[in-house]
Amino acid sequence: MKSIRMATLLVAICFISFLLIKNSPIDPIQAYIGADMLNVGSEQREKIAEYWGLNEPIMVQFFNWGSALLAGDMGTSMIYRQPVSEVIGERFVHSVVLMLTAWIFSGVIGFTMGVVAAMKRDTWIDRSMKWYCYMLASTPTFWMGLLVLIVFAVWLGWFPIGLGVPAGVLAKDVTTVDQLKHLILPAMTLSIVGVGNVALHTRQKLIDVLGSEYILFARARGEWGFILFWRHGLRNIVIPALTLQFAAFSELFGGAVLTEQVFSYPGLGQATVEAGLRGDVPLLLGLVLFSTMFVFGGNLIADLIYRLLDPRMREGRSR
Amino acid sequence: MPILEVENLSVSFKKYTRGFKQTKSTVITSLDVTVEAGEILAVVGASGSGKSLLAHAILGILPSNAITSGVIKYGGEELTPARQSVLSGKELALIPQSVNYLDPLMRVGSQVRTSVKKENAIAAQREVFQRYHLNAGVEKMYPFQLSGGMARRTLLATAMVSGARVIIADEPTPGLDSVVIVEALNHLKESAVNGCAVMLITHDIESALQVADRIAVFYAGTTVEISPVEHFNGNGEQLRHPYSKALWRALPQNDFIPIKGSQPRPSQLPSGCLFAPRCEMATPDCEQERPAMRNLRNGMVRCIHAT
Repeated sequence: MKSIRMATLLVAICFISFLLIKNSPIDPIQAYIGADMLNVGSEQREKIAEYWGLNEPIMVQFFNWGSALLAGDMGTSMIYRQPVSEVIGERFVHSVVLMLTAWIFSGVIGFTMGVVAAMKRDTWIDRSMKWYCYMLASTPTFWMGLLVLIVFAVWLGWFPIGLGVPAGVLAKDVTTVDQLKHLILPAMTLSIVGVGNVALHTRQKLIDVLGSEYILFARARGEWGFILFWRHGLRNIVIPALTLQFAAFSELFGGAVLTEQVFSYPGLGQATVEAGLRGDVPLLLGLVLFSTMFVFGGNLIADLIYRLLDPRMREGRSR
Repeated sequence: MPILEVENLSVSFKKYTRGFKQTKSTVITSLDVTVEAGEILAVVGASGSGKSLLAHAILGILPSNAITSGVIKYGGEELTPARQSVLSGKELALIPQSVNYLDPLMRVGSQVRTSVKKENAIAAQREVFQRYHLNAGVEKMYPFQLSGGMARRTLLATAMVSGARVIIADEPTPGLDSVVIVEALNHLKESAVNGCAVMLITHDIESALQVADRIAVFYAGTTVEISPVEHFNGNGEQLRHPYSKALWRALPQNDFIPIKGSQPRPSQLPSGCLFAPRCEMATPDCEQERPAMRNLRNGMVRCIHAT
């Protein structure tokens, strides 16, 4: 069932993005040849168009591209002169480290903050936490990135200012420590921005749970404070929190695009911006498909978690 | 000596209306009630008469914006918040209204076990489940899998395993079929016979009459009458308060005559007797001040005209 939905979604995304690119002002021939365009006459141009099948009807072109895609050939990136799948694979390794770090940190810190705020509701802790989160929620990612850059890279000089590895060092001489150093600032930016949402959601959910009748009954049985939270609070907020966390893959990806741009971090996000700006059609389409699968994967996991963990879904169906 | 005494209890709530203007609405007004070990005291009254809040006040689980005055005593000693937090769940147990009071994501067996205060919780839980005819599979179930009757018995079990001496059952019967109601009431009777003090809060007078020893009638947040159950018969001549008589006569098997008007809202309580505006016997004296609770014919009443 889910796989059918995935397939239809992918076909639709392919078709729409193909049409969009077809109708965009990017001329594939010009994008391919670049600056040498001046030396290419209109006859040669015509020949290239014919060789690539650019004169055929649009549906035929779509099917040509689609069948190549199904065979696993995503084409060659024009900027990197490498097969698209290789570029994406390489970039994804960088991005996934960045996103995973930010994802875990913003999840854990945000969840803890939300729990503390809800348990200490209406105290100064709660108020300052809420104020902080609202501020974060209204902070644009790129601006937070610049701020982090100014403070930690320029003023304090603790971390490098950008890129994924030190400049002017041979690839074989780059150490893991170097890579970590370059990872910290972008990951920090992405985590800080993510915390606000997670904390506010967790806080509200726990407040709802604490106002419920079963908490009242637990209190009537002499439970309070941490025991009350541990026995009844945590188990009732952890499933929605996990679901939200997986469903937030799209925001994570969006945040990564901006953060990677600010830090010139060589991940998928930066590649997407580059591909778009420089008219690298195969790479752009490949990235669109890849990010679709990534976000869909997150939602799918969120869905499955509910089915696995929530007894009302798990055991409700077997009855 | 009564094991639980409530004297002159008032509960009100602070609320903010329009900006910073604070209003106070009094939901329970000078309420008096006592329960003795081995008896069932039924607390009857219409919705909104403060029955559930009384239970919450005794257990110390009122919302934080509630202000209380008056005294609640347990075993002759005042029940302070500190004592409440020690005694709730051990000596004072609540049987809540519905399955919503169970944690939806916790197996019912473990929920019952958390109420056990002595060692070997599993054995105690299995024993109480057996006593209430809940078969072995039930302890592994989640609340949503229980039927109405099973949920009722599970809630009862949480109170019984705690070994509490005072059991407060808050509306244990609505939405159940008559067989299950009888069963639930019999379980309550059984624990009273075993020496517990049971406070049965209900708006179902008929089921209260079946098991209770005494009946406390609530009206607009106060007790208007406390009467032995035998006095609820005939045309209600033996009852003391005009509201209890009217309530008795409003039952379908009696005259089925409703009383005119409705219970006053907490924000608009009359200054004198709370029932005066609807009372046929009301005189100007009734509006002067709130009548005190007084002993009358083996019961208590809050009415200056009662004989």
